[in-house]
Amino acid sequence: MKRKYLVILAMLLVVPGLLLTASCAKKVAEKPAAAVAKAAEAAKAPAAPAPAMTAPVVDTSKADELAARERFQKQDVNFAFDSSVLDATAQAILKNKADWMKKNPTAAVTIEGHCDERGTVAYNLALGERRAESAKAFLVNLGVPAARMTTISFGKEKPLDPAKTEEAYAKNRRARFVLK
Amino acid sequence: MIENFRYSVKIISFKLACAFLFASLMSLWTTTSYGASRYDYIDINNPLLKKIPIAIPVFKVGNGSSSEEEVSQRGSRLLSDTLAFTSYFKILDRGSFLIDIQKTDVSSPQFSGWTTVGAELLVTGAVALNNSQIEMELRLFDAYNERQLVGKKYSGHVNDLRPMIRRFCNEIMGILTGSSGLFDSKIAFVSSGTGSKEIYTCDFDGHSPAQITNNKSINLTPAWSPDGKWIAYTTYAKGKPDLYIHNVSDNRIFVVDKKGTSISPGWVPGTFELAASLSFSGDPEIYLLTGTGKIINRLTDNTGIDVSPSFSPDGKKMAFVSRRGGSPQIYIQNMNSGAVERLTFQGNNNTQPDWSPKGDKIIYTGLEKGGNFNIFVIGVNGNGLIQLTRSQGDNESASWSPDASMIVFSSTREGTSRVYVMTAYGADQRKLLDLPGKQSEPKWSQGLTN
Repeated sequence: MKRKYLVILAMLLVVPGLLLTASCAKKVAEKPAAAVAKAAEAAKAPAAPAPAMTAPVVDTSKADELAARERFQKQDVNFAFDSSVLDATAQAILKNKADWMKKNPTAAVTIEGHCDERGTVAYNLALGERRAESAKAFLVNLGVPAARMTTISFGKEKPLDPAKTEEAYAKNRRARFVLK
Repeated sequence: MIENFRYSVKIISFKLACAFLFASLMSLWTTTSYGASRYDYIDINNPLLKKIPIAIPVFKVGNGSSSEEEVSQRGSRLLSDTLAFTSYFKILDRGSFLIDIQKTDVSSPQFSGWTTVGAELLVTGAVALNNSQIEMELRLFDAYNERQLVGKKYSGHVNDLRPMIRRFCNEIMGILTGSSGLFDSKIAFVSSGTGSKEIYTCDFDGHSPAQITNNKSINLTPAWSPDGKWIAYTTYAKGKPDLYIHNVSDNRIFVVDKKGTSISPGWVPGTFELAASLSFSGDPEIYLLTGTGKIINRLTDNTGIDVSPSFSPDGKKMAFVSRRGGSPQIYIQNMNSGAVERLTFQGNNNTQPDWSPKGDKIIYTGLEKGGNFNIFVIGVNGNGLIQLTRSQGDNESASWSPDASMIVFSSTREGTSRVYVMTAYGADQRKLLDLPGKQSEPKWSQGLTN
């Protein structure tokens, strides 16, 4: 019974570990190689129900990490028309991003500045850059090293939503975070 | 096309433009600017431009062979189309003509026969074709004052009929407006027909579109060098917005790929220098560059956006877009003193200035309260603001023709962005090109491109 418990614990650590990227690799490597081999062997046997105490705790933290990473990349910072000013919502999102950057000290990000289709090309290229730079400056002020962030402007060249509606325009005025 | 183009030109006679014609053209200018000074905001829905009626009979032929007839028909049609493009002429219907040009002396027309059908101007031509060689005489007359304004004799290969006709049309425009060169000019623009935004060029009238870039990234804001040999543009060819200075004939490229964005090139007339907005210092500022992409000096010093330089014809002043007043507006900087004055005060979003080659006006793109972008023209002293486009989608990226008689721009009036032209007063707006994809950011060359 003790051995089975160990195997299940190893599986719980290995399987999510495989799903995750480099940040979790270290944790997996720390487990004895023997345990990993046994886990692979045991995988063929019908899985016993996991002890209720351990499993959900480990699962949730991994899932949270994944979700946080996904949120970091998927949650854009939005702007008003012809503005690179960070409103309260934008600042709250950026605080979350700063926390994530601090928890993941090896992560490096490209901040893309985008505009809606209204307005002229060159001005929007400059405006997109101001948006990316103002997001970056905010993160620097919260203690994220500038060296981990680069900016690029796409002006109005890459709208998220091509519709000609206020809703689409609002989505398209954004700073987007892309992990390198 | 032009390499083999050798023809001789003999001046038959030349007289100064007649006072009547000149007065009628000048009155258009003065009427408009006088009206402009009375109101702050003038809409020229009905610009009341008087087109000059011109008769262009089919050219007289020599031996009358069928191939000579064909050249005569094609040449006279080309001449009509080329002059009609300017919108300054009303081409009279040949069916109304009383005089058979074949039976007359093209050098001394019966003027009364032409004024009777309403012609104020008359172009006569005579063409002879021998073994693919053309001998052609073309003359412009003032029919009312019964005098010849210009006459030229051209000889060359039949394949060069088009450039010969264009050359004579340039002569006509030179006499009537004081500026020639429109018909030698080209237009650069951005088209997404291949699936990515690439730079293209075409003739002044939309003929012969040609793809210049082929890097399958995003290419934006083309700008011709004053000699028409180079196009500067922003490209994402290397992943971020860099500035390329591209020789159109031999494809040499000078690259400005500093940190940040390198955008919105504008050339200094009469030089191989250009200004562009570079943000490597952390803030977009306008710098003066050599045509080979080396920084000469920094022109603006102001936190926030400074983009889109456009120079006065003498190079002494620069119009540009700045957000220093809280919204994007057009400013003018004195290149010697560095003094800056704000030009536009109407509206919250004014960008893309283009300084007239005549020096007196600037066209730009402004956001109307209703939510559409439109083309405006304003005197360099801030007076005479006129809205040139309205109620037809978004209209942007206006650029003057080299003689300042016409404006090319992009519009979404038919849904998809296309390139259009209009007169300097906003009249006769029509589509220039029908190509796959979207076309935008047209820029008219200022010098000879051939």
